Amino acid sequence: MQLTIKYFGLIAEITKRNEEQFEFSGTLINEFLETVYLKYPKLKETHFQVAQNNEIVSKETIITQTEIALLPPFAGG
Amino acid sequence: MNRYNRHIILSEIGQKGQDKLTQAKVLVVGAGGLGCPVLQYLTAAGIGTIGIVDFDVVEKSNLQRQVLFGTSSLGKNKAIAAKQRLLDLNDTISIHTYPEKLTHKNVLELFKDYDIIVDGTDNFATRYLINDASIITNKPLVYGAIYKFEGQVAVFNYQNGASYRCLFPTPSKEGAIPNCSEIGVLGVLPGIIGSMQANEVLKIILGLGNILSGKLLCYNALTTQTTTLIIHKVDPDSYRDEIKKVLSKKESFQNSVEELNCNFNPPEISIEDAFKKSNIQFIDVREKDEFPKVDSLNPTYIPLSEFENNLDKIDSKKEKIIFCQSGIRSKKAVSVLQKHHINNSYSIKEGASEILEYINQLHKQQ
Repeated sequence: MQLTIKYFGLIAEITKRNEEQFEFSGTLINEFLETVYLKYPKLKETHFQVAQNNEIVSKETIITQTEIALLPPFAGG
Repeated sequence: MNRYNRHIILSEIGQKGQDKLTQAKVLVVGAGGLGCPVLQYLTAAGIGTIGIVDFDVVEKSNLQRQVLFGTSSLGKNKAIAAKQRLLDLNDTISIHTYPEKLTHKNVLELFKDYDIIVDGTDNFATRYLINDASIITNKPLVYGAIYKFEGQVAVFNYQNGASYRCLFPTPSKEGAIPNCSEIGVLGVLPGIIGSMQANEVLKIILGLGNILSGKLLCYNALTTQTTTLIIHKVDPDSYRDEIKKVLSKKESFQNSVEELNCNFNPPEISIEDAFKKSNIQFIDVREKDEFPKVDSLNPTYIPLSEFENNLDKIDSKKEKIIFCQSGIRSKKAVSVLQKHHINNSYSIKEGASEILEYINQLHKQQ
């Protein structure tokens, strides 16, 4: 399945883009992240939360939608 | 003409709504990039009681975005300088200043007197402290945070809704996500995000519209795109232990929260204990334009942003005592040294202003 993945903040800086498409045939978000880590190993050490179709979900969630977002916390004020 | 005429003629607000604003008490933590616009609009709107917590002083590099301050405020405490400007804007309201650090010792007492808490801080330890104290005191928390060209806004703990820990259960390691003084920020961005926070505060008080609860609004100033993500309330009894810990430690909160907030604990030392050591190298890891300087310590100046490339300036034979503006970047510097197996290094808990004050006190006693 073709997934659109959106990046925010520090993550978008690492990937150097705000979004891109990924081809993925597994089941869980965790598995999908392994695919993303292959392309961006640095993300493995980065703290972020995952949203599926604009809904924050755990990384053990089954992928049922085509849009995934990676959201890091922001510290600044 | 009534000061609040443009509010009152809105049928959704009216005199009744304006009276609610007059009766409201809002505490703003951090009078920086986010705090300034929040305070400006809340003051103009006639919020009857406003509290401002900030231990920091105004620096020249703040003026690019912290719109309450001018050149005449340089070197002054931010809470106090903000109050001066705000009373000129509206002298019919009460403004209380707390020119001190928010800590586990004062947070519950401070929150008690207010209806709504606004988070305009710039570090994770304080953000988790504010969130956890909001849960314990049962106050809605209007959250805002920024990173370079992007911002986040949310209302947490509103009518038993999701909290910051439902979004990010545990803190990032301090220093893992840089703050504005280290990487920069587009000046207008905190103006936009802070104004959105002020809007949520007014909506909560007036009971208008849809509160941004259970949602996180993400704004990108470069693409002008907003994304709203849904945050599910995590059952405090469920697997997310961190929230459970906060609630279960309610009784011992005052002692426990700091350990709870920071998994990451490089050796810290108070300025008093630092002075008891001998053979010391003091290191100031702030950027060049940050004040006050503590020249009497004759510190080595290595900004955190250049720290790892300047380890040759570290004297391995001495005790390294590191400080910064608030004791956060200095912790990061100690962890960098630890990573490179350079021991005998400590982060001073206090910030530069407090260190300077301590030294002045010492001189007075002599």
